[in-house]
Amino acid sequence: MSILVDETKTVIVQGITGREGMARTQLMQRYGTRVVAGCTPAKGGQDVLGVPVFDTVMEAVEKMGSIDVSTIFVPAPLVKNAALEAIAAGIKLLVIVPDRVPIYDVLEIAAAAKDAGARFIGPNTLGLLSPGRAVFGMIGGSASSAKDWFLPGRVGVTSRSGGITSSIAYYLSRAGIGLSTIIHVGGDGIIGTDHPAVMELFESDPDTDCVVMFGEIGTSQEERVADLIASGKFTKPLVAYIGGKGAQSGTRFSHAGAIIEGDRGTHDGKVKRLREVGATVVDNFGDIPDAVKTIIRPMETAKIPIIE
Amino acid sequence: MVDNALCHCDIGSPGRATNRSKVIMARLHEYHGKQLLREAGFAVPKGQVVRSQGEVPAALAISGLPAVVKAQAWTTSRAAQGAIAIADNAGDVTAAAARMLSLKIGGFDVTEVLIEEKVDINREFYAGIVVDDANKTPVVIFSSIGGSGIEELARKYPKNVSKTPVDVRFGLREYEAREAVRKTGVTGSLQNELTKALLTLYRVARQWEARSAEINPLVLRGDGKLVACDCRITVDDSAVFRHPELKIEIAREFGRPPTALDKIAWSVEKDDYRGTFYFIEMARGYKKGEGFIGFHGAGGGGSMMSMDALVKRGYTIANFTDTSGNPPASKVYRAAKIILSQPNIDGYFGSGSGVASQEQFHSARGLVKAFWEENLSIPAVIRLGGNGEDKAIQILTEYTKNLPAPVEGYKKDDTADFCAQRMQKLLEAQPDKAAPRQMALPVTPDFTAKDPYSFETPTGKVVLDHALCRECQTKSCVQTCVPQILKNQDGVVVLNISREDAKAGKCIECLACEVECRIGGNSGGRVILPIPGLEEYRAKIMGA
Repeated sequence: MSILVDETKTVIVQGITGREGMARTQLMQRYGTRVVAGCTPAKGGQDVLGVPVFDTVMEAVEKMGSIDVSTIFVPAPLVKNAALEAIAAGIKLLVIVPDRVPIYDVLEIAAAAKDAGARFIGPNTLGLLSPGRAVFGMIGGSASSAKDWFLPGRVGVTSRSGGITSSIAYYLSRAGIGLSTIIHVGGDGIIGTDHPAVMELFESDPDTDCVVMFGEIGTSQEERVADLIASGKFTKPLVAYIGGKGAQSGTRFSHAGAIIEGDRGTHDGKVKRLREVGATVVDNFGDIPDAVKTIIRPMETAKIPIIE
Repeated sequence: MVDNALCHCDIGSPGRATNRSKVIMARLHEYHGKQLLREAGFAVPKGQVVRSQGEVPAALAISGLPAVVKAQAWTTSRAAQGAIAIADNAGDVTAAAARMLSLKIGGFDVTEVLIEEKVDINREFYAGIVVDDANKTPVVIFSSIGGSGIEELARKYPKNVSKTPVDVRFGLREYEAREAVRKTGVTGSLQNELTKALLTLYRVARQWEARSAEINPLVLRGDGKLVACDCRITVDDSAVFRHPELKIEIAREFGRPPTALDKIAWSVEKDDYRGTFYFIEMARGYKKGEGFIGFHGAGGGGSMMSMDALVKRGYTIANFTDTSGNPPASKVYRAAKIILSQPNIDGYFGSGSGVASQEQFHSARGLVKAFWEENLSIPAVIRLGGNGEDKAIQILTEYTKNLPAPVEGYKKDDTADFCAQRMQKLLEAQPDKAAPRQMALPVTPDFTAKDPYSFETPTGKVVLDHALCRECQTKSCVQTCVPQILKNQDGVVVLNISREDAKAGKCIECLACEVECRIGGNSGGRVILPIPGLEEYRAKIMGA
């Protein structure tokens, strides 16, 4: 199984006629994702890679029936409208790929999603992927790479950095550790589905045994994951790495969310909180596969039935 | 507590747009924030900013005496750093202002000092709007006992600090603001006034899309009037484009004002939404041979890790750069040119997460073009792991063989640590580490075509010399053009789409028509990609 993403869900690509939209539609199709529709205002009636293009998401739903997921590849200033449109059309999972979406736009999307019972990943996300099943967004970049790099298995990955999502998943796969779902929650300060939300999903996924998390300075996500563990709402083993140890306070390094403000969101604070509640926090990024092996090997051994 | 004790205020002119001076970053200085508050009808201290000693009398005419003198700096502990003073006479005010204008706070020069009227403080409050990442809403924070260390106060005195989430679609309601005040124990007409103050503050935060807007302290003056005595507003970087009237020069957050090179880099990024380009100059005033490295990362997380790998080996990052999110080759090229505008870097180090989703050969072409133009004379180690990495490394290393300095390329199975080790080896092998490096000037080398054919791209221009084209056997540009927009027509290469389409984005600026043409063709293709301000910048530092 997997969380949120699988090959049965139908997907619309908003901004399908653009450079990114087109390239990632191809990736999704070739990986096994059911892309059923595309949307670009005023370009309805076209066909991109065999996918029918509609003027509005409403029109797509009208013609194609209900759609499960929207992946959004429109320029940042247009994201709010695109996302609200998808929510209004009844879509329950949005993957918002663009970077630099204004915060108040994200807050509005969050409010509308909450009312409609919809969920969104991102903004500023590569999306999510379940090896051998489907990808929503652009993890892997191309289908052949994604197939080559990520093996199916029972470890979940969640990360605030896109490249690191792929790195962790690739290095785990290369070490013989397969993955249930990998998810890039997004690098921004305000995101739809953050680390704590992902942990709750992994907790209830029977096919995920262990989770690897890449955290960063800034925001309260990692601290809230620690709270979940402390309150017994997340009980699976967690291996974490927190980036940004050397970052200066008040300066932002790429990710909008990666900024220490006052004494909040510091590297040391996050590491300390996670260790207090029993998570494995590694100091070297390269140590992640070994740390995971130490945890899952005994679990696998324990699962071997004893034959009398 | 600092600012509180020394605060002095009076009322400016409410409800009127101020003639705004230029704002550097989205994190506004105190006086900029106060301008926004005053325009919204909030009472703020009467005062004026001075940039030289000579401007003090004019400011004093507004503030009156006694006055408070406050250096404008992004720090929370101004008083401890001698950046706030109180003075009873003009001579003392002038002396304090002059002293502050020579201060360095957090590594940069104080250039602006605010002179304000002194106010008698009856009582202090705190009011703030922040965006809460857990609830994904704006939150109004109000304290009836001041706000120094507001988080700590909220823990210690929960009855005096209220936190109120706001539905961003409807804004803060009057009853919600009143409840926020009432909960902290404030009653009567003061409750009315504070309610109004919160509503105004929320309106300011929302109008200017502030990630945070704080008034600390919010002072109840002796005459019963509420006055904002200090104020910190940070506008959302990503929303700056919607507020041209703020005149924010650079929508980036640094711990210091941006440098000239930071600003040039921002001008490249500002209107180009294809991928992301971050640039921060991290060091200045160093010499060649002292171990400063031009750093070019890809992806926020991976960049930070790669940076650490270099630092562990005793090197210093001259700049932090990140090109990611599938940027076009043109953006990577411009980033490289800006990095290479730091004359005293000893090496060029490129490394990101190592397993990139983006096609890495775009980055390779961008780097190659920049390295050629600069005739690279410092060693470069570049990790381009991820999609298309084999092709990327081939382009990067094969095409740069004839440059004076070695260029090494690595892939996803090579760690950032290993790449840092290679950088070290190459640097140690340099015969004369302190030898100066020549930067290209003009920044874009001249290219005179005998029979030019050109078309515009989204951010530049392609020039093909049909005289050379005619003699070209391979027409390698036609095959290697990523969006396939070129064709061979009667022995020369031309667009197979309209010029308008090429400019509108069908040309993705993959740079193949220059880079591949110079390797596999007849060297008749150039992509001209201007970088505003870089020419002047280089001329200036090379002249100095």
